[in-house]
Amino acid sequence: MSVHAVHPADAAIPHTVEPHPVTGIPNPKFGIWLFLASEVMLFGALFSSYVLIRTQAPHWPPEGGLSSEILNVPLATLNTAVLITSSITMVLAWASCKMGRIDRFRLWMGCTIGLAFVFLIIKYFEYTDKFHHGHFPAFNNFYAVYFTLTGLHGLHVIGGIIVNTFLLTIGTRLWKTDPEQFTNRVENAGLYWHFVDLVWIFLFPSLYLL
Amino acid sequence: MATRLAETAEHSSPEEFKKHLGKYYVVFVALLCLTAITVGVSYLRLNRPLAITVALIIATVKAGMVAGVFMHLISEKKVIFAVLILTAAFFLLVLLLPSFTTFESSAV
Repeated sequence: MSVHAVHPADAAIPHTVEPHPVTGIPNPKFGIWLFLASEVMLFGALFSSYVLIRTQAPHWPPEGGLSSEILNVPLATLNTAVLITSSITMVLAWASCKMGRIDRFRLWMGCTIGLAFVFLIIKYFEYTDKFHHGHFPAFNNFYAVYFTLTGLHGLHVIGGIIVNTFLLTIGTRLWKTDPEQFTNRVENAGLYWHFVDLVWIFLFPSLYLL
Repeated sequence: MATRLAETAEHSSPEEFKKHLGKYYVVFVALLCLTAITVGVSYLRLNRPLAITVALIIATVKAGMVAGVFMHLISEKKVIFAVLILTAAFFLLVLLLPSFTTFESSAV
């Protein structure tokens, strides 16, 4: 058992690095998994509503044609690749911490944040194209579902950018005092980020391709 | 076996840890390939039930890879599986709830 320097701000939080005797994992990791469980329910409820709306509609999309003809499949495919790539750069950022390479961490975390911005920029072009044609969420159920699900997912991408930017900037200070706890924080941010990727993996085919 | 390997990776030296990075690249390439496949299949214009089945199977395999390898679920502790089993059960319940309302409306 090694003794870790405890940051004053974290003094009240036990088991940030060493596993909790009951769960066998550090508390923050357990916390992030519980949070992700609640996220599954949030997206699950909306996905369930989508299934209900879609199966009860006489035609889907309501204006006729196919989803793949209405939405921009090439851009969404590119965005899928962007998000998958940002997942591996996130893993590499965590792996760099594990290997004691904070310089490499900065590089890979920078890439992850950059790719998240690329995702949002592509999404911006998709959205503005729809708005130019007067296709707002109120246009019909198809666009209501599309904007709600991709919009909520987009908010999660923004949330990831905020957390990752914190870890890349002022959050990195923790590396000097407690590298192990910092590495755990990067891992937990990664768990969230991979979940955002995972949601998109389901949203992409069900909204664009089917 | 996979569990033990991953656990070794968690606690090994930086040099040892580096050897286990290969699996992340393999999953990355597999995810990109499966994305290309799912888009390619959509151009085949299969009938809807088959198209939905194929797309959801591919998405589930991709999700399994992300959760299993990127999120280290294959080497995770029991407590996380307990949370996830509960989540999966409630997710299925939420997903099936609309079908109960459908039965009711068709009975009227």
